[in-house]
Amino acid sequence: MPKYAMVIDQSRCIGCMSCVVACKRENDVPPEHYRTRVLEMVSGEFPKLKSELRSELCNHCDNPPCVTVCPTGASHKEEDGSVQIDRKKCVGCKACVAACPYNARYINEEHGYADKCSFCQHRVRAGKQPACVATCIGKSRIFGDLDDPNSEVSQILRKHSYRVLLKGAGTRPNVYYINQFPKKS
Amino acid sequence: MAFSRRNFLKYAAMSAEGTMLAETPFLSAKAREKAEGGNVHYVPTTCEMCFWKCGLIAKVVDGEVVKLEGNPLHPQSRGRLCGRGQAGIGLLYDKDRLKVPMIRTGARGENRYKQASWDEALGFVADKLKAIAEKHGPEAVALFAHGSPGTYFNNLVRAMGSANVAYPSFSQCLGAREVAWELTYGQGPNSTCERVDLANSRVIAMFGTHLGENMHNSQNQEFAEAVGRGAKIIVVDPRYSTAAGKASMWLPIKPGTDLALLLTWINIIISEGWYDKEYVAKYTTGFDELKKSVKTYTPAWAAQETELPMRQIVEAVRDLGRYAPNVMLHPGRHFSWHGNDTQRGRAMAIINALLGTWGRPGGIWLPAKLDLPPFSENPPHPEEHKDAVVFGDYPFAGGEGLTQVLRDATIKEDPYPIKAWLVAGTNLLKTMPKQALTRKAIDKLDLLVSIDVMPTDTVMLADVILPEATYLERHDGLYPITTREAGIALRQPAIAPMYESKPAWWIGSELCKKMGLGEYAVKDNWEGRMRRQAKAWGIDYDELADTGYISIPGSAAPYITATNQPTFKTPSKKIELVSSELEDEDFDVVPKYEPIEQPKTGEYRLLYGRSPVHTFTRTVNNQWLWELKKENEVWLNNKEADRLGVKNGEIVRLENQDRVRSEPIKVRATERIRRDCVFMIHGFGQHSPAMSRAYNRGADDQNLITRYKVDPICGSTGMRVNFVKIIKEASNA
Repeated sequence: MPKYAMVIDQSRCIGCMSCVVACKRENDVPPEHYRTRVLEMVSGEFPKLKSELRSELCNHCDNPPCVTVCPTGASHKEEDGSVQIDRKKCVGCKACVAACPYNARYINEEHGYADKCSFCQHRVRAGKQPACVATCIGKSRIFGDLDDPNSEVSQILRKHSYRVLLKGAGTRPNVYYINQFPKKS
Repeated sequence: MAFSRRNFLKYAAMSAEGTMLAETPFLSAKAREKAEGGNVHYVPTTCEMCFWKCGLIAKVVDGEVVKLEGNPLHPQSRGRLCGRGQAGIGLLYDKDRLKVPMIRTGARGENRYKQASWDEALGFVADKLKAIAEKHGPEAVALFAHGSPGTYFNNLVRAMGSANVAYPSFSQCLGAREVAWELTYGQGPNSTCERVDLANSRVIAMFGTHLGENMHNSQNQEFAEAVGRGAKIIVVDPRYSTAAGKASMWLPIKPGTDLALLLTWINIIISEGWYDKEYVAKYTTGFDELKKSVKTYTPAWAAQETELPMRQIVEAVRDLGRYAPNVMLHPGRHFSWHGNDTQRGRAMAIINALLGTWGRPGGIWLPAKLDLPPFSENPPHPEEHKDAVVFGDYPFAGGEGLTQVLRDATIKEDPYPIKAWLVAGTNLLKTMPKQALTRKAIDKLDLLVSIDVMPTDTVMLADVILPEATYLERHDGLYPITTREAGIALRQPAIAPMYESKPAWWIGSELCKKMGLGEYAVKDNWEGRMRRQAKAWGIDYDELADTGYISIPGSAAPYITATNQPTFKTPSKKIELVSSELEDEDFDVVPKYEPIEQPKTGEYRLLYGRSPVHTFTRTVNNQWLWELKKENEVWLNNKEADRLGVKNGEIVRLENQDRVRSEPIKVRATERIRRDCVFMIHGFGQHSPAMSRAYNRGADDQNLITRYKVDPICGSTGMRVNFVKIIKEASNA
């Protein structure tokens, strides 16, 4: 049984937004909404600065608050570890949008359902990588199966120290971040 | 927790097969269509969201292009497309596209046009061109172009007997770089795709080159690879660019003093013995003279001139020396900065030579071997009727011509009148410095024809507007690709041209016919021509159309070996540290530093650059890219913002030394830039209401570039020589 996860190697992200555009197109995300985004955060004082580029998306949490609060069961955890939304069951009540500590969800106003990153389930089922991963110019996004010890994600997480976002929230995310800053050799 | 049994079984089955994430490699469009079945078509072609010419695969369902992906067979995309490339569909289906031929009915700039048939519009253009050529001579017809459409109109004007053709890519962009490297090595670093071996480099030094923001696909893939590998990145830039964020050393240099740093580095490389003695002895000339001439450029002097810490100046170049030759000083791309640009490029080329990077892993790879027979189906163009004006008095002006010289000649009618401009794929108002002159020149014309996809500011001044099909709707040719290996790619349509748009080859060819120059027209159609060209080149066209790229086996020879020796097409057949060609023309044979004018108190040098999601003004109206970057901001150092009392996000105007004011623009108060300069992304501030999304968004940097400094060697226009003040909107009333 797969347990899908994404590893983001932040040092390899060059902030090109290719993932963002690919996702919008692949998943017909309406104008002004995003399933994924890339933040550039610079800290310090001139000229001693430090830059972090961070891709954010649904964390497909193992303890997902969006699922807990969903009154209809539309938001659910699947056996492959991903969190998905059954659009037929979703009534667009926005409880999940408010509950998600990662700001990963939005309401599709035209159709009246909540939407967010699906780890490109339709592509993965067809044997493809998620659209953002497939086009990532820096190979900063890596997707795979944590239950497979030989998968690239498993190997990376064995080798690297990693972090997850808002660990204290107890959500147990499946998006892992490595190399927050580039190595300064 | 909801969990469907059906999904469970599906996954279990897939998992058992173990095929879950094994992406089927792309081998050919037909193979993929067969594997997927249904009504899906795949068309491999070439992107034109910028000019890197990435191979892409368009997915077409029921005649609609639904997705663009990188072609994994193509070395410039390697299966990946950048954000702009992904957004190509946004151009194809942009509601604001030019849809039908139009002839102007109102005053110029009034936006009043009547719709015309192609026959009428082309007839109108041909009659006018003929009349102008008859009255003033064929040289009175000129062409400005960028990208592939230029080819077809270049053919037209040359068939008429005019050689007045200019591409802004030379004088407003990378001309000085090309000339600098040609003078030094006899060859440039390649303008479509620089031959930089970033993937294997141990130290990469960049002057202002903002990879990550300047989004050239394969180059950025390799840059990320280098960063991921822990290569040392040194970024010299007054602004903390995305690339600077990846650097182990950021040198926020005082703008305009790059040559001081470069010459000091040359001095350190020589005096501390970091240079590759064997390489220098074998491949270069002029070492002793170079050594002598750089002695006075000391680290202490450079520290004062560049306002960089002396320790960093020395450390950075020692890093380059320590890991040489597997290092590079990136040649850069947009190069027309301060008017001394060829010499800056020379200094960069010289450093690479001293460190022995040309032809070495991690440096500048040697060009792939590609020897294609010439192919033509038309008679040679006639001798030019009168000498072209486009080279001015600049001995090293490139074959692409100098746009501003052509503009000046049009205004002054000197040495002869120029009365018609064809403008294909370039937004001259936003490309060339000193817009007032561009406007003045246009007012001197009897005919301005625009061939373009979008109703840009320049298009909307034209007498006749000819709507070109986008790159996803047209054949454009076979492209010889010379990355590490050589190969052939092509552009072919994913769908038929929408509306009444036409491919540029057709427009150019029909004009030839209407002008009575039928022998220069396309025989049948461009695809037919491409097929015959492929045959002449020994390429299977059907295979190429199916795969998008065919590599030439045995063409790769990137590094110097005993049997793979570099050749230099300079007069001495060596790398010329001291340039004999510059000596012949009485220029400094080795670059010399001369300080340039600096801003007065209260003024900031205006710097401009790129966003990763925009290609100049070409993309600002694209739904997906517009959404990500709707307008530009002016980057201003926090301390300066405090001093002026302007807040982050506040709307201001910029006023330059000639009292020209910008459109309103938001302040981005930041630590990421020096206090003596401001920065804005180029391409915003569209005045054409026909570009509905981009209209009046952000400010136009080119509007503020009323001054430019011409490089005396090659004639390119240094544009980072303007100074601006920040004007608060309240005091503007």
